[in-house]
Amino acid sequence: MKPTSWYLIVAVIFLTACTSVDLDAPVPNFDIAVDPEAWAIIPAGEFLSGQFNDPITIDYDYEIMVTDVTVAQYVNFLNVALADGTLKADVDRIAGFYPGDEFHGTKHEVEISAADYIFVPLNDPASRFSFDGSSFSTKPGYESHPMAYVSWFGAWGYCGYNSYRLPTELEWEKAARGSTDSRPFPWGEEIAWNNANFYASRDPFEDMSSFGSRTTPVGFYSGQAYDGYQTLDSASPYGLYDMSGNVWQWMGNIYKGQHYRYMRGGSKDTYDMDLRIWVRNNATPTYFSPGVGFRCVRGGE
Amino acid sequence: MEFIQTRFEYLFKSTKGLILVAIAMIGLETALFGMLSGPMAEFGIRDVVVRLFNMDLVQAEREGRIIILYHSIAMAVVAIETYIITAMLKMKEFYKTAVRVLITVGYLSAMIFGMGFAYWGHNWPLHGLYIAGLALIFFAGVLLAIALWPWNKDVYQPDKAYSRTKNGVDIERLAFYATAVTTLISAFFGAIPGSYFGNGFQVFLAENIIRYPEKTTMEYSVIGHLHIMLALIAIMLTLIIGRWLNFNGLLHKIAMPLMIIGTIVLNLGVWGVVTPLESVAHMIIYVGATPSMLAALMLVIFGWDKFIRKGIAGIERPSIWQKLKALMRDPLKFGPLWQMVFMNFTVSGIGIMMAVKLDEIFRIWPAREERIELTGHWHILSAIIATIILLYYGDLIGLKGKVRQWYGWGIIILSNLAFASATIFEMKRLFISEAEQQPLVNTVMLLADFGLGMLLVILAMVMIWRFIDLFKKKGRWTQEVEQNDLTAEVEI
Repeated sequence: MKPTSWYLIVAVIFLTACTSVDLDAPVPNFDIAVDPEAWAIIPAGEFLSGQFNDPITIDYDYEIMVTDVTVAQYVNFLNVALADGTLKADVDRIAGFYPGDEFHGTKHEVEISAADYIFVPLNDPASRFSFDGSSFSTKPGYESHPMAYVSWFGAWGYCGYNSYRLPTELEWEKAARGSTDSRPFPWGEEIAWNNANFYASRDPFEDMSSFGSRTTPVGFYSGQAYDGYQTLDSASPYGLYDMSGNVWQWMGNIYKGQHYRYMRGGSKDTYDMDLRIWVRNNATPTYFSPGVGFRCVRGGE
Repeated sequence: MEFIQTRFEYLFKSTKGLILVAIAMIGLETALFGMLSGPMAEFGIRDVVVRLFNMDLVQAEREGRIIILYHSIAMAVVAIETYIITAMLKMKEFYKTAVRVLITVGYLSAMIFGMGFAYWGHNWPLHGLYIAGLALIFFAGVLLAIALWPWNKDVYQPDKAYSRTKNGVDIERLAFYATAVTTLISAFFGAIPGSYFGNGFQVFLAENIIRYPEKTTMEYSVIGHLHIMLALIAIMLTLIIGRWLNFNGLLHKIAMPLMIIGTIVLNLGVWGVVTPLESVAHMIIYVGATPSMLAALMLVIFGWDKFIRKGIAGIERPSIWQKLKALMRDPLKFGPLWQMVFMNFTVSGIGIMMAVKLDEIFRIWPAREERIELTGHWHILSAIIATIILLYYGDLIGLKGKVRQWYGWGIIILSNLAFASATIFEMKRLFISEAEQQPLVNTVMLLADFGLGMLLVILAMVMIWRFIDLFKKKGRWTQEVEQNDLTAEVEI
């Protein structure tokens, strides 16, 4: 082969890297049996925490959402909270007030003072809702998908507005694992392609040759079949869905000396190793991405 | 019987045979266990491999498996460097033999039994043999340090063209010695926390705790250990390449003291992370890294200048193209030094950029993105070390003509393609959003996998050729069995 041919091949390969992504590619629409309004009760008691199964007791009952907060639920909140003045629309963001954290001056710590912070970005072509200047609406087909593109402040704000709160890491972990064993995944010991939405997991919503992985509707992995795609029932012992994969979930903990906020559960963009119950991720509280969402808890502390 | 005995003596007693076995073992391990992660998992190949080899992969033990995998590959690399050092530097025959026996038994035990323990269920005798293997390697290191003692008059440097003291102490040997001794001390920084965490069967990967503001002494020790051991392997390899290319003259006289100072200060900085000096340890590390990198730069200048001079000998007024052609005439000589330069773009440069812009850019991103940069960065450094060894090995086994060109340029171009692609993948968030990244990710992953895959194919071809050669009565191995002294193969 002549050198020119090699140059051409390399040039073509590099050009494929510059292909644009159709962010509004059609999304499959399926009826999902799991109710995103449902809550599960997590009873007080001991469970095995972390990779090395430390016995931990949570001495109160609490309730946690069966699924992640959906785009439809969040859009409803945005409309109500914008109308009553809780939220403010800036040029490129919806912001809300946060009372700030205690600052310790630790190395790498960034001060989070009382101020307005971003809840969700506006005008991001990849987000799953739209804003016409006065009201929000869900992009068609994404109503029951998890609300992503939401900062920690946005997740904290949603839960707080509804008199809920974000789960602590331990509350989340117990809800994911149950109280009887040391399973690495909410549904058991091993992970299959059709247990959860993770990177290149071959679900009907992804196309790795173009736009890549996308969210699946909450409760998608319930054992239902969708146009021939058979899922496994991947509920946690307490009946929760999407505790592994789909979107990372913001946690409520604020740790001394850190401005980072933690996330659990892995996402559509991570390999299966990050879907293990004990795996943690973190980011600044203003961070948002197509792979980060949340759910709320109520009761307890 | 004689057939087996002669081959055994070649493979386990001769310098080139020992290196061949270690490279083959690393190649096999990389090919097999590389199929368990990343794109190989994505394509479903991992599941096939796990079933085919009946592996027992417990989810909670992934981090432990990876730690044993990294150690077993690193031990074989350390063994290769040790074989070369014992063949290049003067030392008593007893030490040479003892070091080689210990390290060979050590790395093979660590690799075979360690991987058996990690990937095929918990058989505790296997774990014991893995630890015993690591201990043997440590003892081999102690003996090597004794053998390298530079203040023995028998090993003084008589030639003033090389870096030496007024009394004749060989400064280059002192650099080898300093690297060997600091490697032994730094091994404790892994062994002590390893024992501590191992007793409770708890493991962690350093990249997963990097953002915790308060780390325990043991955690700092692990982080320091993994950084310094890789750096020391790279420093030792730089010294080896310098010896192979007969590094001498003014640059050698400046570079060798710099290398010693750099190595010692770098180690002091890393050891400092487990002391109250932790807050300034990074600064000490930067101070130590600078002279080491300057010394390597001098080796590159020396080597390239030498290649050009040799290549243009006889040409009265050489053009820039003739000089360039002279420089790149022999990929096996040009390659190791080029890889050291290329490392600055894919490893050192990225590391410095991350350090400078850490809070401003990299810690705005999620920890997972930072983890990709951290792991990518040191995987590339490890792979660059491996390619330098392979280029040197190509010269050792006497590749000539077109095979030499294809082998050498194949390794350089394919590895550079893979490392550049991996670097773009690591840094993608600087220039593309998550929602729009897939075409870029697909392309760079394809190029990275193609580069690394083809590199393994080249290695496999060489290994198959060497395997077939072993069945020949008068194969190349019969010549190599006698070529134990690598000083005879130093570039003149």
